[in-house]
Amino acid sequence: MHGLQAPPLLTLRGVSKRFPTGTLAVEGVDLSLARGDFLALLGPSGCGKSTLLRMIAGLIEPTAGEISFPADREARRSIGFVFQEPTLMPWATALRNVALPLELSGMRRRQAEERAAAMLQRVGLAGFERAYPRALSGGMKMRVSIARALVTNPRLLLMDEPFAALDEITRFRLNNDLLALWQAERFTVVFVTHSVFESVFLAERIVVMAPRPGRIVAELRIPPEDRALPEFRTSATYAAHCREVSHALERAMAEG
Amino acid sequence: MSTALRREPRWVRWVAPLIVGLLALGSWEWAVRAYEVPPYILPGPVLIGQTLLRDWGTLSTSLWVTLQITFAALAVAATLGLALAVLFAQSRAIEISLFPYAVILQVTPIVAIAPLIIIWADDVRLALLICAWIVAFFPILSNTTVGLNSADANLQDLFRLYGATRWQVLTRLRLPSAMPFFLAGLRISGGLALIGAIVAEFVAGTGGRASGLAYRILEAGYQLQIPRMFAALVLVSATGIAIFGALSWLSYLLLRRWHESAGAGESG
Ligand SMILES: Nc1ncnc2c1ncn2[C@@H]1O[C@H](COP(=O)(O)OP(=O)(O)OP(=O)(O)O)[C@@H](O)[C@H]1O
Ligand SMILES: [Mg+2]
Repeated sequence: MHGLQAPPLLTLRGVSKRFPTGTLAVEGVDLSLARGDFLALLGPSGCGKSTLLRMIAGLIEPTAGEISFPADREARRSIGFVFQEPTLMPWATALRNVALPLELSGMRRRQAEERAAAMLQRVGLAGFERAYPRALSGGMKMRVSIARALVTNPRLLLMDEPFAALDEITRFRLNNDLLALWQAERFTVVFVTHSVFESVFLAERIVVMAPRPGRIVAELRIPPEDRALPEFRTSATYAAHCREVSHALERAMAEG
Repeated sequence: MSTALRREPRWVRWVAPLIVGLLALGSWEWAVRAYEVPPYILPGPVLIGQTLLRDWGTLSTSLWVTLQITFAALAVAATLGLALAVLFAQSRAIEISLFPYAVILQVTPIVAIAPLIIIWADDVRLALLICAWIVAFFPILSNTTVGLNSADANLQDLFRLYGATRWQVLTRLRLPSAMPFFLAGLRISGGLALIGAIVAEFVAGTGGRASGLAYRILEAGYQLQIPRMFAALVLVSATGIAIFGALSWLSYLLLRRWHESAGAGESG
C-alpha cells in the first residue's frame, strides 16, 4: 500500500455534522487518505456524502471531530471541487471558466489562459476554448468543470456525483478519461457516487456509507492487479467486485 | 417554452401586425370621410400625417426636449439604481433600512408629488428630470437587487473555495449574474422615464422657451388644434416604441452569446 512511513494527506477523526434543523447528517466518521489515493464514497441518497465532502472542502464546519491535513498544511487551500452540475459561469467561455481559479489567486490573465488552454486539451476539449457553456453538450460541460478543478494542480480533488446527470455512454467515456488522467498524474481523489459499477471501475478504495445518521459502515479495496486487467469493465473479476460491493451496500441499508 | 409558438417564420412576426395596423388606419380614414367627422372631433390619419409634416419644426424641437429629459432621467436612474443595488448587496442592514423608502417612492403616484417637486426645484426642466427619474428608478433598483442575489449557490461556494475577495465575487460573479435582470429593468424603465417626463410636464403645464411634447399636446388642446394634438401624440408613442426597441436591442447584443432570453434564434 501507500508508504507506511509517509503521513496521510487527509485525516478525519470522529467527524460529525448536525444541521441547525436538527438533522444529524454525518456521525463519527474516521477516514484517512494517502497521497495518490482514489477513494469512492458510496451510499444511498441522503446518507451525508455531500455533507462530508463539503466539510473536507472547508465549505461547512463539522459540529464535532477534526479534519486535518497532516502531510502538508497547504493542502487545505489546494482543493479542486467538481459539483454534480457543471456549475460554469454562463457568461464566460470555456477558456475563461477554466482560467478562473488561477485568476482568483492573482495570476495574470495571459498566463492563466495559457494554462487553461493546456488543461482543456488534456480533458479532450482542444478547439472549444472560445465556446460558451450554452453551446456545449452535458458531457463537454462536465469536462470543462473537471479541467477547472484540475487547472490549479490541486493536492486533493473532490468530486460530488459528477457524472450522475449524464447518459451512460457519456459517463463511460468520462470514467475512462478520468481514470487515464489519474493514472498519468496520480492526484488524490474523493469521488462521491451512488453507482456501484462506477465506484468499482474507478476507485482503489470504496467506502460504503449508511443513512440516518450518515456513517461509514464498510470499506472495500479493489486490488491494483485486478484494475490493471485488460477489459476490466467486462471481466468476471469486475462483476465479482460489483457483487461484493452491492452486498456491502445492501447490508448497510438493512442496518440503517 | 412552447415550440409551437415559435414555429412561424420571422417575417410573419413583422408583417402580421403591420397588416392589422394598415387595416385599422384605412378604416379610420374611411370612417372619418364617410361620416364627415369634423377634424376638431377626430382627424383622419392622413390629416394627422400632414400636420406632423407641416408642424415638424416646433414638434421636433419639443421632441428633442422630451428625449433629453427622458434619457437624462434614465441614465441617472440606471447609475443610481445599479449603485444602490450593489450597496444593498454588500450590506443587509443598508438594504433593510433603505428599501422601504424606495418602495414608498415607487408607490406614490407621480402626478401627486410632481407639483411639489416643481415648486421645490427652481428649474422646470430639473423638476421634470426628477419626476422622470423617480418613476424610472425603481424597476432598475429592484431588478438588479434580485439579480445580484441570484448568483448560483454552487458558484458562490466555488469562489469561496478559491478564497475570492469580496470585490472578486462582486465583479466576477454577482454583477454578471445580475446583468440580465438589470437589462430587463432598464427596458421597463425606458418607457417609464418617458411617461414620467410627459406626466410631469402635463402637471407643470408651463411651456417657456423649451417645452416638450406634453406641452404641445396641452397647447394644441387649448387651441382646439386637434390634428396637431394627435400628431404630438403619435410622436410620443413612436418615441416610446423606439426607446423600448433600442433597449431590447442593447439587451440582445449584450446577452446573445450566453443568456437564454436572448437566444431565441436557433443557431446551427
Ligand atoms: N443545509 C442543510 N440544512 C439542513 N439539512 C441538510 C442540509 N444539507 C443536507 N441536509 C440533510 O443532511 C442529510 C444528508 O444530506 P447530503 O446532501 O449530504 O446527502 P447525500 O448523501 O449527498 O445525498 P444525495 O446522494 O441525494 O446527494 C439529508 O438528510 C439532508 O436533508
Ligand atoms: Mg449529494
